[in-house]
Amino acid sequence: MSTTAIPAGTKWWNGGRSPFNASYGKVMMWYFLMSDAFTFGAFLISYGTIRFSVNHWADPNHVFNAFPFAGHANLPLAFVSLMTFILIFSSVTMVLAVHEGHKMNRKGVEKYMVLTILGGLAFLSCQAWEWTHLIMGDHAVLVNGQIEHWGTTVTKNPWGPEVMFNGQEVATPGPIAFGGYFFGITGFHGFHVFSGVVINVVMLIKTKLGHFDQRGHYEMIEKAGLYWHFVDLVWVFVFLCFYLV
Amino acid sequence: MSSHSSSSEITFHPDHSGGTSRIWKIFWVLSALTIIELALGYFLYAKHGHLGYATVLSTKVIIGILTLAKAYYIVSVFMHLGDEVRNMIMTIVVPLCLFIWFIIAFLWDGNSWKVLRNTNAGSRPNIEHVAPAAVEKGAKD
Repeated sequence: MSTTAIPAGTKWWNGGRSPFNASYGKVMMWYFLMSDAFTFGAFLISYGTIRFSVNHWADPNHVFNAFPFAGHANLPLAFVSLMTFILIFSSVTMVLAVHEGHKMNRKGVEKYMVLTILGGLAFLSCQAWEWTHLIMGDHAVLVNGQIEHWGTTVTKNPWGPEVMFNGQEVATPGPIAFGGYFFGITGFHGFHVFSGVVINVVMLIKTKLGHFDQRGHYEMIEKAGLYWHFVDLVWVFVFLCFYLV
Repeated sequence: MSSHSSSSEITFHPDHSGGTSRIWKIFWVLSALTIIELALGYFLYAKHGHLGYATVLSTKVIIGILTLAKAYYIVSVFMHLGDEVRNMIMTIVVPLCLFIWFIIAFLWDGNSWKVLRNTNAGSRPNIEHVAPAAVEKGAKD
């Protein structure tokens, strides 16, 4: 994997050099991301524990089946696939920006940073639409013998088990943990995307001002890139836990 | 290589003179893995209610393994962890092994909780669906 030829017998721990062959900032970014991985991991595992502990959980293909401008068409997995590909693609443009940075090509870095920022904004717009659609939803729920119309929020879950009522199948309230975990975890991830976009905008401005050319290297782009890829990495697991299984 | 920081901390710079073909190759790998995951997810949706417990579980396990493969490619290639020295890689990867215990222990606990919920702490036999009790009352109204 590594393309660097490191001579055998290099004394990494004799001082005068980083034993990890990386700058302080980059090593600390890695440790921050590792701790953030534990935070997200704890959230997702907590969600899994509650989901395992109840008799009925909402079917994601039933809940997340809408697509903008598609009306009431039943399109499970479609919108979330779009969001996934947006994020994968913005990861690619980010790694291309880092690549241009290694070549000290300022114009190239600027171009790919702009594309990455646009990808991040597109993802956030998708998430805003999805949240609005869920919260403003209008689903018949049988509550105390009467039909009510609910959206999905942190206190209301209209996706409980279905029962027969007046000759029709109607849902009953489900565990409220569904909304809490969904909005909590996708919201925490969305906030990471938002802060990633802010960091990338700052990096774009610093690139345009020529700060990295003066400094002689584009390592800040690499560190921002680590954060951005981490956001994509977390989405891979959110996608798995909330939408696929 | 010459373009890097002149910092004396860094002893060997990885060779970045190559083209972008590796990046695009990983993009296609990630896309292909995602499409396979979606196909399996759609299979679970289309055959919902017609599949045995073991088939559903094994399909979900396969989707999980494909997700781990995606995570490996993102971390190793896009985040360039694969290009770091071994000491560095180990300080990141070894602590993450805690997740193996973390996932097994807590999902096990969740399942145990479900069993207790359905059996009055073991005094009543396990029944799969307890929800309709409240519902029949509503239906009579």
